[in-house]
Amino acid sequence: MQFSGKKILILGSGGLRIGQAGEFDYSGSQAIKAIKEAGIKTVLVNPNIATVQTDDQMADEVYLQPLNVDVVTNIIEKEKPDGILLGFGGQTALNLGLALEKAGVLAKHHVAVLGTSTHSIRKTEDRELFKLALESIGIKSPLSMCVTTLAEALSAAEKIGYPVMMRAGFSLGGLGSGKISSASELSKRAKESLGIVPHLLIEEFLLGWKEYEYEIIRDRAGNALTICSMENLDPMGVHTGESIVVAPAQTLTNAEHQHLRKMALDVAHLFQIVGECNIQFAIHPKTGDYRAIEVNARLSRSSALASKATGYPLAFVAAKLALGSLLHEIKNSVTEKTCAFFEPALDYIVVKIPRWDTHKLKSADRGIGSEMKSVGEVMSIGRSFAEALQKAVGMLNIGASSLSDYPHTIENPTREMEFPTDRRLFATYQFFCNKGTVEEAHRLSQIDPWFLSGIWRISQIEKRLVSEALTPELLRLAKESGFSDKAIGLLTHEAEEKIRGSRLTLGIVPYVKQIDTLAGEMAAQTNYLYMTYHAAEHDIPPSDESPYLVLGSGPYAIGSSVEFDWCAVNTLRACRRLGKKAILINSNPETVSTDYDESDRLYFEQLSLERVRDIADFEKTQGIVVSVGGQVANNLAAPLAYLGYPLLGTFASDIDRAENREKFSDLLNQLNIDQPEWARVTDLKNAKKFAARVGFPVLIRPSYILSGSAMNVANDEASLENYLRLAAAVSPEHPVVMSQFILDGKELEMDGVADHGTIVIEAISEHVENAGVHSGDATLVLPPQRLYLETIRRTKKITQEIVKALNITGPFNIQFIAKNNNIQVIECNLRASRSFPFVSKTTNHNFIAIATEVMLGLYLPTRYETLELDYVGVKVPQFSYNRLKGADPVAHVEMASTGEVACLGENLYDAYWRAWLSTEQNILGKRLLVSIADAHKHKLLSYLRELEDRGWEIYSTGGTHSYLSKNGIGSYFVYKANEKVEPNIRTIIGNRKIDLIINIPTHRAVTDAKSQTDGFIIRRTAIDHHIPLITNLQIAQIMLSCLIELKDKELPVRSWREIVQHV
Amino acid sequence: MQLTPAQLVLETGEAFAGFSPYSQQDVSFGEVVFNTGMVGYTESLTDPSYAGQILTFTYPLIGNYGISAPTTWESSRAQVSGVVLSELAPFYSHYTAEHSLGDWLVAQQIPFIVGVDTRALTRRLRTLGVIPGAITRLSKKPAHFENFSDTDWVKKVAVKEPALYGSGPKLVIVIDCGVKENIIRELLRYPITIKRVPPDYDFTNEPFDAVFISNGPGDPVHCTDTIRTIQKVFAQKKPVFGICLGTQLMALAIGAKTYKLPFGHRSHNQPCLEIATGRCYLTSQNHSYAVDETTLPPDWRVNFRNLNDQSVEGIEHTKLPFFSVQFHPEAAPGPLDTTWLFQKFYDLIKKS
Repeated sequence: MQFSGKKILILGSGGLRIGQAGEFDYSGSQAIKAIKEAGIKTVLVNPNIATVQTDDQMADEVYLQPLNVDVVTNIIEKEKPDGILLGFGGQTALNLGLALEKAGVLAKHHVAVLGTSTHSIRKTEDRELFKLALESIGIKSPLSMCVTTLAEALSAAEKIGYPVMMRAGFSLGGLGSGKISSASELSKRAKESLGIVPHLLIEEFLLGWKEYEYEIIRDRAGNALTICSMENLDPMGVHTGESIVVAPAQTLTNAEHQHLRKMALDVAHLFQIVGECNIQFAIHPKTGDYRAIEVNARLSRSSALASKATGYPLAFVAAKLALGSLLHEIKNSVTEKTCAFFEPALDYIVVKIPRWDTHKLKSADRGIGSEMKSVGEVMSIGRSFAEALQKAVGMLNIGASSLSDYPHTIENPTREMEFPTDRRLFATYQFFCNKGTVEEAHRLSQIDPWFLSGIWRISQIEKRLVSEALTPELLRLAKESGFSDKAIGLLTHEAEEKIRGSRLTLGIVPYVKQIDTLAGEMAAQTNYLYMTYHAAEHDIPPSDESPYLVLGSGPYAIGSSVEFDWCAVNTLRACRRLGKKAILINSNPETVSTDYDESDRLYFEQLSLERVRDIADFEKTQGIVVSVGGQVANNLAAPLAYLGYPLLGTFASDIDRAENREKFSDLLNQLNIDQPEWARVTDLKNAKKFAARVGFPVLIRPSYILSGSAMNVANDEASLENYLRLAAAVSPEHPVVMSQFILDGKELEMDGVADHGTIVIEAISEHVENAGVHSGDATLVLPPQRLYLETIRRTKKITQEIVKALNITGPFNIQFIAKNNNIQVIECNLRASRSFPFVSKTTNHNFIAIATEVMLGLYLPTRYETLELDYVGVKVPQFSYNRLKGADPVAHVEMASTGEVACLGENLYDAYWRAWLSTEQNILGKRLLVSIADAHKHKLLSYLRELEDRGWEIYSTGGTHSYLSKNGIGSYFVYKANEKVEPNIRTIIGNRKIDLIINIPTHRAVTDAKSQTDGFIIRRTAIDHHIPLITNLQIAQIMLSCLIELKDKELPVRSWREIVQHV
Repeated sequence: MQLTPAQLVLETGEAFAGFSPYSQQDVSFGEVVFNTGMVGYTESLTDPSYAGQILTFTYPLIGNYGISAPTTWESSRAQVSGVVLSELAPFYSHYTAEHSLGDWLVAQQIPFIVGVDTRALTRRLRTLGVIPGAITRLSKKPAHFENFSDTDWVKKVAVKEPALYGSGPKLVIVIDCGVKENIIRELLRYPITIKRVPPDYDFTNEPFDAVFISNGPGDPVHCTDTIRTIQKVFAQKKPVFGICLGTQLMALAIGAKTYKLPFGHRSHNQPCLEIATGRCYLTSQNHSYAVDETTLPPDWRVNFRNLNDQSVEGIEHTKLPFFSVQFHPEAAPGPLDTTWLFQKFYDLIKKS
């Protein structure tokens, strides 16, 4: 039946985190477009302010509010939607939808669940029901037993035989799942997980089976298709999200593929899917036996990948199907001629590689397995496996342009092949370079020999490049195999430029090909493009009107997330609104910017100098935008400008004056602007000298931050020495920047846009946390609530001076530290910053649109108000510590958050409390555990007293306990973990007897934490048992105020429009 | 395998550069067509319907899983006149594989050319339509091209003598115009005996319960004997099921016309609508010719329609048990969405 209602509620996915990233901005945005096209009103709930879907022009109403039952119930009561979509906001939306249904909210308010029914969703989510359902149609799934207690788990594992697979139902990204090799391991892991989920599955372990995934689409009449088959390079044992994936499947025969496809469709019919779902299969490599592993009855990361890999707009079509359309009634938006009932035929191969940042997190384990740890991914398109694989490597932005120039030598590659880590691909390659064989590699890794042979062959080409003369044939072979000019240059001892020159002379150039969903069978009006060396002609001519190139941000990583995709999309939209042709280059499939209706042309390509030049040369661009794609795009500014390419916005030489530490420092000195003391040191002696002069602690930053050697803080000479010797390996070639580390300072950020050195718009935000927490992990408040007018005035003045001196045109971000009436500049970026969407949506002025107008020279002066707002915006980080076993969950100088959420509220507390709830946390009871370093104890006393009066039970450890007692606050005494006496902190956390933990370590304890200190154990156990944890004093103060003022109150809900536009 | 520069030349004179085995000395001719399937090269290369054609695979990685035992083939040998590839898999990996695709093509004496921009070629073919072409050494440019339609390809690929399969109570005649093995396999799932006969074999005076008319290569108008036989079969009002060429032959037998499509349908993703139910099926197709709907007599109707170009994908009699589909319900290669048509055929046989 066609949906006849007038309004639909869409649930988003909240902050980006491991296992749930930007792909849901893509799916939600497409759903909104599809529903609007049908003339139906949309209401979106999503606190992720950095997304495109929460933009003004998208849904009719946007609620930047927590995604929980209470809040969404209020929204339903207010908005009275006729229908709700649960499949477009990841596991978060799905779980929330099921909870709303279970609570009777949907029935009470007559809200129809569109698409697949909740009844079906429950069957796919509950593994036992799922298995039984599959059995009923004769489809095999792994042997498994559902258990609810540890004893049952142990006996199930005994029956199936170790190793077994343990899985927790209703999990995102396989959380709590893993290979268990022994009873003792099972005891530990099962106990942890049973604290979070009611039951577990103990399963047959399918290590080494080949793994496939099919994306299925089905309409209410039962017409069904598989849009894409995908094969994991890493066989079973490595989570799909952690695996290198190729599309279409490469090593299946027609018979096998059709068998899997048919089962996939049978399963979709069985569960009466309406819309999208995916299914995973395992295939035994030697017998062809199969198991159906799982079904996701919603859009997923894989469906975003499948959508980008094939050009089939899965989310858009799924939304149409949820409204009741039939597949053949929906137009194929790529061909504009045919309908949505077809399966794409690819004439290229797609490779996805995950992007990990485990090295950035102290003591986090690099091993990968059945739980997700990666924070993003890249997708490459080529016409051979070698080409696509190496293109993907160059997209990762980890210092390798090809397999051959990965900057790290892996000491024990066979170990990392056998026990996979985030570097398994590189380990395998190095193994082959050192005469390893495909047979041995297969024995170690169980990776299919087809893939291994493909990697081996690349190593053989490397060998030829090193030993033979670079003939035109060899150069062409290398390019067809995906080697970058840079890598070929390194192997042949030539400059990159020389290689490029000779191949252009020889006519060895990449050609532009279209992604048209039907392998060229019919002419298609598609602007979705990639480049390949396996070709002899371009599919299309260059744009007829000289276009602008917008560089996207590449893979999501810690520090570069959906906010930069928002910037790219808004730049494209502004360009096109102004009647200009805009081309986007990006390599990240989890994005809205790579939806082909967002640009005039989309190049799904590397953001490398080589490829950007290829595209700029072909398209004859009149200007390249480097300032909206984060640091990846920004880093191309200087080389592109040097080579004579036209850049939009601030001159590259001025960008360099801001980026180059010496030059920027000189500039500040000239302008009489204060800055923390710093020095570039090349040896330990000078490092010590500097530290002695400015005093400890000092901040140390290696000159190139690739991996392993991130920023750090040294508290004393010993730690300085240790760090410089081991981690940073300081040398004249690799100098280290040291700077004074200012304690207890207040940080401010100025985001703005300028036009030829004059500020057009600016917004000042303050950090809640004192200096020392990376700005990406900090809680931002806009407009500032606790700054002196004098500070604001002076900050603005300094900003003006810097903007003028650097002659800035376009977006900028400057960071300050204010302490004792002294304002210092710590950083200046002449590009859009992470906080641009936040300041744009909080002030209701689109900073990126303004920046685009300025850069195109089409800006009409306007006045903006960004300080006198009658509401407050608070942005808080979203962490993924629970994914990263062993990581110390304390924010420090190195960024660790994977995403962010923001809410607008009546005041600081209202906005903060909503934002904190938006990070998918909640405080249900009134039991608080405090363990605070001495220096901070008195600062929380008054709050704790107030909470005690309000009926809170307070638990505390030794020092804190006696301090509280002395000050007349009763608390339950618990022993520290290392004291091993009951009541022990480990036990009460393990048994979830606590609703909130406040553990504020001394600064020193944080930066030195490696060992199993009591503090570390408290923090880590809190994360492992999903108990809210606060580790920062300023945050603790705000949080405790919220608990006093707001916790028991109902939160009235207002949409973004109601708050900022007073409608 | 040693490769040497070669080219694919079209009748228009356009040439596409690539490489061929050094051993491949002669010029080889054929009608150049493309298929957009991403798997199933073994099935396609052994499909008799491709006889006389140079088959271009648009998917650029072909040969990944090697070539398995002949029981997985669609006939006893490779049938194509030539193969055009972007990349011939340098490695293959599959537990059932017995040969690499390259070695097998050489052993089957099938000429091929690799390293071709197959997408560029496909774009030309979709504009020009299928066209005579040749795979040749760089130095050898052919002066004239063979005309595909001049040859009676069906005769070349069909069985020469009748053969029996199965031992079921019902006898089904399979008119072999180049029948794919998987059609035989699908039919033999039911309790029937199959008598496979050459296309010019008149069985209408023998006993039988039903007739199946197979797929096959080339222009249907060549099959005059078969068309006459089909006319006689219709008079007996016993169940008739036709696939691909079989559809075209049934149409010609009832006085309707066929025509050549600009570049044919060759892929595994052709969407078809079943008119009676409104259900959509994804189908595997391989045909150059189609039935002209406007020439159908009044007691016949279109039962399936192509959702891409609205062309006829099957016809059926309004009252009698005659039906056909232009696509391949036996798949191999391609999706299994319409294998139920064999059940439908068997149900009609059971009733009769």
